[in-house]
Amino acid sequence: MNKVYADDTICAIATSPVGGGSIGIIRISGKDCFNIVKKVFSSNIDSFDSHRVYYGHIFFNEKIIDEVLLLAMKAPKSYTCEDVIEIHCHGGIKSVQKVLEAVAASGARLAEPGEFTKRAFLNDRIDLSQAEAVIDIINAKTDLSHNMALNQLGGNLSNRIKELRNIILSIIANIEANIDYPENDIEELSIRSIKEQTERVIEDINDLVKTSDTGKIIREGIETVILGRPNVGKSSLMNTLLKEERAIVTNIPGTTRDILQEYISINNIPLKIIDTAGIRKTDDEIEKIGVELSRKYAHRADLILVVIDCTEGITQEDIEILKYSKDKKLIALINKIDLEIKIDHEYLYKFIDKENVIEISAKNNLGMDLFAEKLTDMFLSGDIDYSNEITVSNIRHKNSLINARESLCNVIGTVKNGYSQDFISIDLTDAYYYLGEITGDSLDEDIISKIFTEFCLGK
Amino acid sequence: MDSIKMDENKYYKAGDYDIIVIGGGHAGCEAALAAARMGAETIMFAINLDSIAMMPCNPNIGGTSKGHLVREIDALGGEMGKNIDKTYIQSRMLNIGKGPAVFSLRAQADKAKYSKAMKETLENTNKLSVKQGEVIDILFEDNKVAGVLSESGLFYSCKAAVICSGTYLNARCLYGETIIYSGPNGLRSSKRLTDCLVKAVVRMMRFKTGTPARIDKRSVDFSKMEEQKGDKDIVPFSFENFPEDIEREQISCWLTYTNKDTHTIIQDNIHRSPMYSGVIEGTGTRYCPSIEDKIVRFADKERHQVFIEPEGEDTTEMYVQGMSTSLPEDVQISMYRSIPGLENCEIMRNGYAIEYDCIDATQLKLSLEFMNLKGLFSAGQLNGSSGYEEAAAQGLVAGINAVLSIHGKEPLIIDRSEGYIGVLIDDLVTKGTKEPYRMMTSRAEYRLLLRQDNADLRLTKKGYDIGLISQDRYDRFIEKKEAIEQEIKRIQKTDISPAEKTNNILALRGSAAISTGIKLAELIKRPELDYNYLAEIDEERPDLSQQVREQVNISVKYEGYIKRQMQQVEQFKKLENKRIPVNIDYKSVPGLRLEAYQKLTAIRPESIGHASRITGVSPADISVLLIYMEQYYRKMK
Repeated sequence: MNKVYADDTICAIATSPVGGGSIGIIRISGKDCFNIVKKVFSSNIDSFDSHRVYYGHIFFNEKIIDEVLLLAMKAPKSYTCEDVIEIHCHGGIKSVQKVLEAVAASGARLAEPGEFTKRAFLNDRIDLSQAEAVIDIINAKTDLSHNMALNQLGGNLSNRIKELRNIILSIIANIEANIDYPENDIEELSIRSIKEQTERVIEDINDLVKTSDTGKIIREGIETVILGRPNVGKSSLMNTLLKEERAIVTNIPGTTRDILQEYISINNIPLKIIDTAGIRKTDDEIEKIGVELSRKYAHRADLILVVIDCTEGITQEDIEILKYSKDKKLIALINKIDLEIKIDHEYLYKFIDKENVIEISAKNNLGMDLFAEKLTDMFLSGDIDYSNEITVSNIRHKNSLINARESLCNVIGTVKNGYSQDFISIDLTDAYYYLGEITGDSLDEDIISKIFTEFCLGK
Repeated sequence: MDSIKMDENKYYKAGDYDIIVIGGGHAGCEAALAAARMGAETIMFAINLDSIAMMPCNPNIGGTSKGHLVREIDALGGEMGKNIDKTYIQSRMLNIGKGPAVFSLRAQADKAKYSKAMKETLENTNKLSVKQGEVIDILFEDNKVAGVLSESGLFYSCKAAVICSGTYLNARCLYGETIIYSGPNGLRSSKRLTDCLVKAVVRMMRFKTGTPARIDKRSVDFSKMEEQKGDKDIVPFSFENFPEDIEREQISCWLTYTNKDTHTIIQDNIHRSPMYSGVIEGTGTRYCPSIEDKIVRFADKERHQVFIEPEGEDTTEMYVQGMSTSLPEDVQISMYRSIPGLENCEIMRNGYAIEYDCIDATQLKLSLEFMNLKGLFSAGQLNGSSGYEEAAAQGLVAGINAVLSIHGKEPLIIDRSEGYIGVLIDDLVTKGTKEPYRMMTSRAEYRLLLRQDNADLRLTKKGYDIGLISQDRYDRFIEKKEAIEQEIKRIQKTDISPAEKTNNILALRGSAAISTGIKLAELIKRPELDYNYLAEIDEERPDLSQQVREQVNISVKYEGYIKRQMQQVEQFKKLENKRIPVNIDYKSVPGLRLEAYQKLTAIRPESIGHASRITGVSPADISVLLIYMEQYYRKMK
């Protein structure tokens, strides 16, 4: 990233760059935006009104490249707060790329990842947490995570953080007034009231932090790994969950050698589900890699689903798998219950809680409702209305909240020790700073540059 | 501005100096003394030599946060602390009910003696000439100071000059319908220096301040007031003095209150105050309001405190603290007489408001030199501050930097984490002020580190490096510093066993008994205990001075807080150390908002931290600047 920010005009394909859609959009932003597009557009755009759509053609080297719709947005009422033009051309990789080339040849620079959003941030249209929400919206895999990110972009989190910061600031201001006017006209904020207000902020932060587990689940999905001996029906399970044939299903053990990864939503709980190669001792080199990968994924998973073939009884390998998964959230799925069940249940319950064992037939879609219920129990306690509540989904935000909470707890400690108000303001100042990290009001350049490299092109 | 070519024959050349100081108030005295003591040939001009270091308003030095300034001045080798130690008539540590960060030292001064003692010091300083006369023009050559012109047409050349004109520029005093075109105390004002500054394209402002009446002690009934005595154990302002060296009999102040009658008298006559009738154009300070301001702004308050303070040992004049006013004298008489104990008071000098010209200090660098006028420094009330201590602090820094500049050396810049002086100057120069700027504890972000008791630990080294602290004093300072460090180390290692005697001593203070061994430092951290109290159970304790014991106690007791504040300072320094290229052209920084562009161009901040404190520069602007700088420095590589 050598050109981090400049006032030149940038352009990028704003839709999926591999094409495939029926339209593709080129976005151009910057002060020369209109002059550049003028060179390639069939009619004079100077007279165009802001936020209206115009029909025309894109020319390059005196040849028509595409028939397009052009949307002009004048600063500051645009995504970046600069002059922005979007050219809607026919989908398909050729046409989109040619239009981009034409625009670039006329003086626009190809945008860096995240550069449009960075401009929106630097032009003060959105704050840091909102900019991050843009990344989340782009990366959202489920309705819920999309909603949550939209919510954050709308400023719900920012507003709440700003409220909390204002409360802290007013306590600080009051303390400082007392310090300078020991005997004067300002009503002294009693220590008791400082304590009460601080405790209230701590509670609010607690509520926010509590949402972060759910938030992470919604944002990233529950990382779920399916484990089991070969041919116990892992891929059938995956397919049933996906309701489509994606994994290769045969009855030859060891067919699944690569890792399949999919996002699904069960009862509104997003799962990032990983189907692994069957775990067994193997001499096949390729399969060996697959087995190692499964172990690796299992290690960092939020949830492990162990599939056991009921027609074969509990094997030593099944027990091994259950044992090395025991520190994780774990569900054992006893599969193929449409066939003969040869399971010694009492023996099985020595290795896993009875309540976490569910009998299914993946092939016949039996018992899947019980599985969904179990999942809900495990991950979501109580009713959560994701669309209205503020949910903290970002680990950076969570850390700042935890730091702020720690500082506020120091304040309570100071009050309990009977120390005077000027000690209190030290920790209040810290709490104020940490909360400001979330919105970007506290200065930290490292955070800023890191965040914007996470963006995809065109945003 | 136009540079004025010197015409050798035009003026009588009366002298060649390194440094010229214009003004002999609290700023001027510090500037002149510092310059001469650093070895520069220095001359200080005062309109009247009898008004050197005059205290035209309150008869005290120090107080909340101002006491910190005085102790810092002393640590750097300034004079104010020593001078008040010589001439105080009462000394108190304020705010001792609060934390050590806000303990504030204040002393009542014998005004006449204060002024006389300072004059004596000036007169006995080598390389320093003191001269009565008004400076009417500052002459420049190629935008660099060349010298000054006195009203008698004499030319004095210099390499650098410090203006400390206080409240004298185009001053006028007002009370009721009366307007007197003079400086404070009837001293004549300076009319031509403003023109000179305006000609040099300096932006001027107009401020206002005020003072209460002085009343005759013989007409006051003290039996109706509360006595305010000085402290038994006094703390000297100067780190060079020991309490026993300067102990003397102290004179009391007296506390009384305004009442409904007082407020009615003021309300009935408020239209006759030039503040309210619109005659006064200058902006006054919110933090030191006149009594009529207090009545209007805090209408529901039933009474306000009034302190009756002696102006000196050899005078019957007493200062009515808390009741500065610009009401007509007849109203002043009835207003003061409505107060218990003042029923028969005789006014010796009436209260008045004073209006004067000052500069917009954002035209200065952090060294207090004008950005566009090389060699010209500005300090004190001319920079928009109020108060003797604020003036002296700036005078000292300006005097030091004037000398450093003629030697081509880096200026002395105290940052916000090093001293109140740093906060004061940074605020004035970076943010500017729209009203007379008063130092306040709350302006200092890192006040737990910037205590009045450790000013020497913070700044003596700087004073020594500049040459204002003698070798002898520096050696003693190092000794003290080492004693503190050693003792802290010792008590962090000292184990206290759960002996019966120990637990008895703890119980006396309601402190929980110990059942296993504990480090002494941990006991000191308990809120109900302290270093001094635990002497009995600390058998190895060496004999240490009160100053050392105080530092040890604070450092250990509040260790956690001090550490956290130091982390805040680290964060602050990180941004402070991000230097902005000197020749940056903000026009080439894309994405800056117009207001930020204008402010940055005008103030030319030295670092990102500095820029972030400018009013009108938002966090988003700072992000823009950070990203631009990253590009800039990469290009340099």
